[in-house]
Amino acid sequence: MMKSFVKIGIVFGMAALITSCADESRPNYQFMPNMYESVGYEPYQESSAFRNGVEAQLPAEGSVNRGWMPYDYPDTEEGYLAAKANLLSPLDSTNVEADMAKGKELFGIYCSVCHGDKGDGQGTLVKREKFLGVPNYADREITEGSVYHVIYFGRNSMGSHAAQLNEKERWQVTSYVMKLKGDLTK
Amino acid sequence: MKKVVHRNSTSRILGIGLALMLMFSTSLFAQDGDPAKGKQLFNANCAACHNLDRKMTGPALRGVGDKYEKQWLYDWIHNSAAMVKAGDPQAVAVFEEYNGSPMTAFPQLSEEDIDNIIAYAMEPKPEPAQPAAGAVADAGAAGGSSGFSNNVILAALVLVFGVLVVMLYLVNKTLKRIAEANGIEFEKAEKRLPIWKAFVKNQFLVLVSSIALLLIGAYFAYGYMMQVGVDQGYMPVQPIHFSHKIHAGDNKIDCKYCHSSARVSKTSGIPSLNVCMNCHKNIMEYTGEEDLANGYTKDFYTGEIQKLYKAVGWDANNQQYTGESEPVKWVRIHNLPDFVYFNHSQHVSVAGVECQKCHGPVEEMEVMYQHAPLTMGWCIECHRETDVKMDGNEYYEKIHEELSKKYGVEKLTAAQMGALECGKCHY
Repeated sequence: MMKSFVKIGIVFGMAALITSCADESRPNYQFMPNMYESVGYEPYQESSAFRNGVEAQLPAEGSVNRGWMPYDYPDTEEGYLAAKANLLSPLDSTNVEADMAKGKELFGIYCSVCHGDKGDGQGTLVKREKFLGVPNYADREITEGSVYHVIYFGRNSMGSHAAQLNEKERWQVTSYVMKLKGDLTK
Repeated sequence: MKKVVHRNSTSRILGIGLALMLMFSTSLFAQDGDPAKGKQLFNANCAACHNLDRKMTGPALRGVGDKYEKQWLYDWIHNSAAMVKAGDPQAVAVFEEYNGSPMTAFPQLSEEDIDNIIAYAMEPKPEPAQPAAGAVADAGAAGGSSGFSNNVILAALVLVFGVLVVMLYLVNKTLKRIAEANGIEFEKAEKRLPIWKAFVKNQFLVLVSSIALLLIGAYFAYGYMMQVGVDQGYMPVQPIHFSHKIHAGDNKIDCKYCHSSARVSKTSGIPSLNVCMNCHKNIMEYTGEEDLANGYTKDFYTGEIQKLYKAVGWDANNQQYTGESEPVKWVRIHNLPDFVYFNHSQHVSVAGVECQKCHGPVEEMEVMYQHAPLTMGWCIECHRETDVKMDGNEYYEKIHEELSKKYGVEKLTAAQMGALECGKCHY
């Protein structure tokens, strides 16, 4: 009688031991780790090959992205005013519809959470009082140039979105913003 | 009669006087502005750059009415740049202090609006609410008590069960004793073959049960083998407690706002900290709901934002970067083996697949975990079921036409378009 209790205990103990190994905060076993783990560097991986210990390195100073065009207006008040006065959209005027559709999509991703779908400054974050004082496009003097400049460098509480949008996308968003302003001031 | 008239007139004078005083006091109040309206105006127009109690893009504004003349404030708000140009010493001083970033002109605000805003800014700082702490404690106790009462019920059940067992045992014992007292003898149980010996003798039973055992064993062994290397449910502890539930769920920030490279590149990318700072330059404390059961209090979340500031090197008091940054060692969750090629932009931009299709209900995840198994079978299943998205994609037009003729179907699945070919993912 006693013996069988011991046996049952052992079986349950083993089961408990096995299931307790399934720890959610650790990755599972792998059959052949060599085939899973990359020999080359994975994005953002830690690596002793570089002095600062990470795989993601800044490009060498002075290097230029393929397709990157220099932006001549500096991140200063003068630069802002100059861009506002002089900078014009390089987008093809025969392709307005497609650009506007793309601009609308991108605006929905990157702008409307604060500026609102209509550009009236009533995005989700504003309505939930996380981010206050977002202006209505209708109340501000903006031009294509100033919108592009602000997307590029940010202004006051708005950060730069140049890392999230490339040059063409920034212009597409800009033209959509100008359309929204037009709709708001109609 | 005369007396009465006289008394009437005094009361009238008193009444008029009171009315006058009331009028005077209300007009005084109006001149000072209405803080409630001021708050509305402040939130709509000023709060992007100003906070009452801390420096942001512009200075903290509590008590601003004492620092400057009212007329000066009107002029400043209506057109600060002109004042700086004109060389007003106070204006130039503020302009210089904030690195020459000019304040936006607000010509649309009337002097009354500005009075309201100043009235709001002149309100004393509210004391941190004491009763809130009490409420929190109460809520905690209430949260605990539900678990507690469950335990009590369980313990009571166990007790009742125990009492029943003891009672049965006692009843049995007394009955036996009575039987013995009455002279009834119990038959001794006949010596029978032990059950396991009987089992071994029956060879058919042995065969059937051993086959059954083998099958069950194989089933579990197969199940165990198949989950090796599958990280479904993997939920590591991250260096900063980033809640997707708050960001993507409550605040409805688009996934691609932060993971912007999912649109255009192979990897979805871990957002760099400047993307966090697009919002958290302003949002330095958590004011949303708390989850006390898990210890996610407001202070906890605010502390996590402080970790971000430390990593990115942001000095919140002076509103500038210190230049001392450190990498955040995020733990990667979704990781395909090295022998599989997977491209995010192909799925997100071309196919228009929702992020949630593979990553699960991320907007409900307080702690991020791997939703899908990410096995090959799982990929294939989706490729077999999903129709190729054709709208607005000329690239597929010709091949779609030819292949749909070949297969005799209206819409091609990804598999029919070649998404099951080995070389598409393994090369």
